[in-house]
Amino acid sequence: MSATNHEVAGEAGEPTRRDMIHVATGAVAAGGAAMLAWPLINQMNPAADTRALASIEFDVSKVAEGSQTKIMWRGKPLFVRHRTAEEIAQGKKDDGAELKDPQTDDQRTMQSNEQPGKPEYLIMEANCTHLGCIPVGLAEPGYIGEYGGWFCPCHGSHYDTAGRIRKGPAPKNLYIPPYVYTGGTVVKIG
Amino acid sequence: MKPTFARRFIAGVLGLVSVVAFTSSAQAAGEVKHPREVNGSWEGPFGRFDRAQLQRGFQVYKEVCSGCHSMNLLHYRNLGDEHGPFYDPKYPNPNENPVIKAIAATYTVKAVDPDGNEEERPGLPADKFVSPFENASQAKAANGGSMPPDMSALVKARHLGGDYIYSLLSGYDQTPPKGKSIPEGKYYNPYMPGGVIAMGPPLVDEQVTYADSEANKGVKPTVDQMSRDVVAFLSWASEPHQTQRKITGFGVMAFLSLLTILLWFSYRQVWRNVEH
Amino acid sequence: MSGPSSYVPKSDLEKWLDTRLPIVRFMNDTLVDFPTPKNLNYWYTFGGILAVCLVSQIITGIILAMHYVPQIDMAFNSVERIMRDVNYGWLVRFMHANGASMFFLAVYIHIFRGLYYGSYKAPREILWGLGVIIFLLMIITAFMGYVLPWGQMSLWGATVITNIVGAVPFIGESIKTWLLGGFAVDNATLNRFFSLHYLLPFVIAGVVVLHIWALHVPGNNNPTGVEVQDVKKETLPFHPYYTIKDAFAICVFLLIFAGFVFFGPNTLGHPDNYIPANNQVTPAHIVPEWYLLPFYAILRAITFDVLIIDAKFGGVIAMGGAILILFALPWLDSSKIKSMRYRPVARMWWFAFVVNFLMLAVCGAMPAEPPWTLISLICTIYYFAYFLVILPVLGVIEKPQTPPASIADSILQSHKKSAGVSAAAVPAE
Repeated sequence: MSATNHEVAGEAGEPTRRDMIHVATGAVAAGGAAMLAWPLINQMNPAADTRALASIEFDVSKVAEGSQTKIMWRGKPLFVRHRTAEEIAQGKKDDGAELKDPQTDDQRTMQSNEQPGKPEYLIMEANCTHLGCIPVGLAEPGYIGEYGGWFCPCHGSHYDTAGRIRKGPAPKNLYIPPYVYTGGTVVKIG
Repeated sequence: MKPTFARRFIAGVLGLVSVVAFTSSAQAAGEVKHPREVNGSWEGPFGRFDRAQLQRGFQVYKEVCSGCHSMNLLHYRNLGDEHGPFYDPKYPNPNENPVIKAIAATYTVKAVDPDGNEEERPGLPADKFVSPFENASQAKAANGGSMPPDMSALVKARHLGGDYIYSLLSGYDQTPPKGKSIPEGKYYNPYMPGGVIAMGPPLVDEQVTYADSEANKGVKPTVDQMSRDVVAFLSWASEPHQTQRKITGFGVMAFLSLLTILLWFSYRQVWRNVEH
Repeated sequence: MSGPSSYVPKSDLEKWLDTRLPIVRFMNDTLVDFPTPKNLNYWYTFGGILAVCLVSQIITGIILAMHYVPQIDMAFNSVERIMRDVNYGWLVRFMHANGASMFFLAVYIHIFRGLYYGSYKAPREILWGLGVIIFLLMIITAFMGYVLPWGQMSLWGATVITNIVGAVPFIGESIKTWLLGGFAVDNATLNRFFSLHYLLPFVIAGVVVLHIWALHVPGNNNPTGVEVQDVKKETLPFHPYYTIKDAFAICVFLLIFAGFVFFGPNTLGHPDNYIPANNQVTPAHIVPEWYLLPFYAILRAITFDVLIIDAKFGGVIAMGGAILILFALPWLDSSKIKSMRYRPVARMWWFAFVVNFLMLAVCGAMPAEPPWTLISLICTIYYFAYFLVILPVLGVIEKPQTPPASIADSILQSHKKSAGVSAAAVPAE
């Protein structure tokens, strides 16, 4: 192959005009590979039917005072408890108590947009934060623990009327899912 | 180039093949009339659906067809998908679209309440389209032993699907050829393979009242118009992502064309000084 | 052709790796420095194209398997769910379905190229045989894959083809029942076809490795059919010369692939497969996918009994034989000249074979009625005659042209021609 000016320039270490085509082609090809990879990766994200069930609407007025309902959300059970005035008072009284996972009663009923919710409706995930069993609450047969709220029979965690962990191995209060009231008594969860 | 024996031979064979192929397509079709073209706005590589037409088509499906035909693979939220009949850019998540919620709520859906009892509740966007019958046996019993096919993929499932359904719906008013007997309870339609169809003419003029909107100005619910509109809707329902497919396709073809050109120049550069 | 490795590890890491697992040396010797004849034309890019097809099918297939349900009441709906609800599911599905067609388009061109240039001749007989094994595995994989969407054609195509197994005398029915897992194509069949459809592409990948190994021992054939004599003058390193040429060809191929995926995704398919499978209603015409049509035509061409072999079994033998005969090709073609570039008479018969194969495909799509039954029979006879009569006889009686003395000579000749010097005895391509 005959030497040309381009080759000499190349030996000096600078990119020659010749190499630019290869750089350009390589860059475009790499861009294309990335554009191809995105849908192949994104297909593992939740599909449209799963996303459709990511939010549910529930009318809390269906729950009578003093009772609780279990509803399913994203494949997990939720408690919706209509608390009596005594339960609310008890929850507020213990705001200052020694808590493993400190939260006030108001925080326990706050909406996800940081607006206060309805203190009489407690919406929580129904899985014990220890290892996931469903705790037993008021208006259900069985021992409900020393704090008037819920008791988990698997390893003996006691929750109070605001769903806070008071005694036992669970590390956290029962989780509050994100929700907002969309008007009246309808709450959109998730 | 001198026509060698080989070239003449090949030309002859290809000629034979094409002649036979053309004639055979008529043969294979049997005694069915070739469908009339619907010329929908959605057809072809540049095709797009007309939203007003999709809404009219949904209305025809809802008020006429859904009495017998299910659409099991669609959910109410699909109506609010991009390029669909009720898409609203303010609500990219169709589950939150108030129009979709309202449409879904007009249907009653069987579900299980939190206590485990069967209940009936208003539909939600996440629900599947309600089926007119509980099961296939019930559907057949109500339709003289014939099963009204599910419409979710119907346009894909028939040769020249859109043209075929349009022709079928608007082609009832023809007399059967002499000597052709139509069994009791069945009807004649020249576009149906075999000519005999269990479904009676489903459409009559003015059957559906179209909304009095700007987009529907001058659009009258004739059998022809309703057939076109419902075919548009069914074509969308068969493949809701087809518009996205075509849009993406142009981008991909443009990109690949660019890359091909770049690769060609790279190739020439690499081989520049090589004797080959 | 394999020779001593010219790889020299440069960095410390490379030296460390080279003494433990010489994978960089292996990659270099196979894909970078591998001496490849200078004169390969674009017909030789289809090997690379096929590799891309296999990778594409495996990736899109694994993705589909994340969402597909192999159970008869859910399979059809799960595929529609992929099309409608899975993010970009429509793209993955259409890539996989049309990718299968593109895979077969490329493999047919690849095979016809081999037939033309005599790539199956010594010392490449095993390379060719491995290729036929890959082709066979592709056919089985594609057949099982088509059953999975559980449409009308899935069910009834599977019924027709598994009945073939039943045509074998004495043991046929037992084997068929064993294959089906029941007495008809049903859930058991669907489930096992899914398992095997997932498995076989990896078996294909393994055979492809052997195929490339068997290629690299003698090295590539080339359009002259004359083996490489001077590595320095007649070959080029695979990278960058053929990596870039393959990349360009692959990109053109992808343009055609994209054309189908985005603008004609159902063109090569059959509308009946969008009707959920119904074992009480048979489609008007049962047809396989286009790439199996020629063999389907051969199967249906045998409509007469031959001695103790009934027509049904005869068709099975013919169809199987049509593929198996390819294994014998290196020993059936008696010509000393490899490339049909220098065999003008054989070239005509090869071209007729290609046209005949296309004609068989047309026949396979037609109903099994006259005149197609007769045309299928004539074309089937020609198909077998090409291998069993024409090639063996031609090798003896044909007077071929003289191939160039070497690849270097051939390149020199073609340069003289393009420079305007009067043509020597070298024929035009």
